[in-house]
Amino acid sequence: MASLYEQLMKDVRMQEGLNSCMSCGTCTAICPAASFYKYEPRSIAMKVQSQNEETLKDLLKSEEIWYCGECMSCKTRCPRGNAPGLIIMALRSLSQDLGYFMESEKGRQQLFLKRTIGQWLIDHGYCLYLKGIGTDLYPEQGPVWDWIQANYDKLFAKLGANYQKEGIGILRKIPESSINELKNIYQITGAMDRLEKIENLAQQFADKQNGEQDNNQEKYFHKIYEETDINHFRV
Amino acid sequence: MKAEGKKRIWQEYQKEIANDDYYYVRSCVRQNFFPGAETAFLNILRKDLGKNIFENEHHTSCSGIGYHCDIIPLATTMTVVARQFSIMSESGYKNLVPSCITSFGLYTEILDTWHHFPEEEEKTREFLWKATKREFKKPENLSHASDVMYKFRKEIAEKSKYSLIDKETGRPLRVVEHIGCHYAKMFPSKGIGGAEYPNVLSGLVEEFGAEVIDYPERRHCCGFGFRQYLVKANRGYSLACSHKKFESMEPYQPDMIITNCPGCPMFLDRWQYTIKEMNGKTYGANGNGIPVFTFEEVTGLMLGYDPWEIGLQMHQIDVEPVLDKIGIQYNKSEKYHLE
Repeated sequence: MASLYEQLMKDVRMQEGLNSCMSCGTCTAICPAASFYKYEPRSIAMKVQSQNEETLKDLLKSEEIWYCGECMSCKTRCPRGNAPGLIIMALRSLSQDLGYFMESEKGRQQLFLKRTIGQWLIDHGYCLYLKGIGTDLYPEQGPVWDWIQANYDKLFAKLGANYQKEGIGILRKIPESSINELKNIYQITGAMDRLEKIENLAQQFADKQNGEQDNNQEKYFHKIYEETDINHFRV
Repeated sequence: MKAEGKKRIWQEYQKEIANDDYYYVRSCVRQNFFPGAETAFLNILRKDLGKNIFENEHHTSCSGIGYHCDIIPLATTMTVVARQFSIMSESGYKNLVPSCITSFGLYTEILDTWHHFPEEEEKTREFLWKATKREFKKPENLSHASDVMYKFRKEIAEKSKYSLIDKETGRPLRVVEHIGCHYAKMFPSKGIGGAEYPNVLSGLVEEFGAEVIDYPERRHCCGFGFRQYLVKANRGYSLACSHKKFESMEPYQPDMIITNCPGCPMFLDRWQYTIKEMNGKTYGANGNGIPVFTFEEVTGLMLGYDPWEIGLQMHQIDVEPVLDKIGIQYNKSEKYHLE
């Protein structure tokens, strides 16, 4: 069995993202996540290049690999040409492949992303499909969003959209043949496996945590969407 | 430094942008939040500039938000992108123009990966063939939609009905330009002006007469952060990033903000509303927020497009103070009229 380090290095993003880190901290100074969370991208690079199996295992199970916003500001400024953001993406991938993501609060949030972004991609061919998604889930969208939701069809038609209709245009219905091609791609390239793994492990976790009550899945879903440990934050 | 040296260095920060015959791929975020901006972009290119830009109904999301939420593996995203290229080739086009900055960054990243790791391209070709029986050619030119607007900025300014100038005082409007992180932070050579001196928006608004504000947090992320905004438990990250920017730009009294990424204008608009709700603070004049625009909306306004036909009623922060300052003629009572 390959070591965790060997498994990690199979990801091309590791070869692109880690040359050798001298821990100068430039990435950490520029990092939006580092000013908000108890997080330092340079510490991620140092832990990975230690090649220590126990350190890597802890990292893959940790909260800290989920703090990055993938803005890639680190890539611009690293004097060694490293990209801690890419290292993070490789770590998150391996963490999910091994099921380790379920051991952190932030990792368990993948279920919400799977059931929204992931499902919209599969069903509609869009990353976002927001008709009907309201200010209950996204209160910061404000009164204008309530107005948009209440007048969706007329407003979008006025602005040149082709909502759920055939042909070209904004938010058109993607032809079934194209949706099927996407599904085949997701199946063959491993996306379906990852999405199913996120769902199955979450289900087991929820059952274990709440007992097999009728609404435990729903309770669990809302919990991961809304609740956060205050210890993640710097302030 | 001698002017010649400066010119040589600046040359390294330019990029080639195709002149015509574009293939357009839409943005998931822009279609949902600023649909009028995409409509305006196509109208400006076709009607005002006489260019050919084509869209194929079979193109889909590039899967970029899924990829950056880490629910979609790299191999999947590469194959979805390869399919986009395949549809472009099939349509007879080679100049790819994405509406989205995340897509633009992703296409750039994948082309770079394939360049350095040809075995990854080979693997993707095999996946695509197995899944769809498709083959593909890579684009010859990849330019974000804002690059294209920048390229024609002088022609657009000449045709414009309005300028970014206060009609009462003659003073240039003070503009904050916010560039999406994935435009050039990963691959500076692929953006006009690179990551440190991006000129794609500043060049555009200066052509329209504006003065660009340089402020300390100019290059800070708006705070989308993918999972950091989408999951409510993490959303403080997103708000904190935008808040940091507003506090930093406030002393310079900006009249407006212009953006080239589809997500940034939504966050910079909605978080101003949120901050007002949370602590009563506003960053614009007279208790209003600072109006936030996409580059398509600003260009459309300059050319005389009706504000409510390009979707400015979908903004949470009222845009009227800027429209009035410029002297744009529009009907205030039509804002929410949809019949």
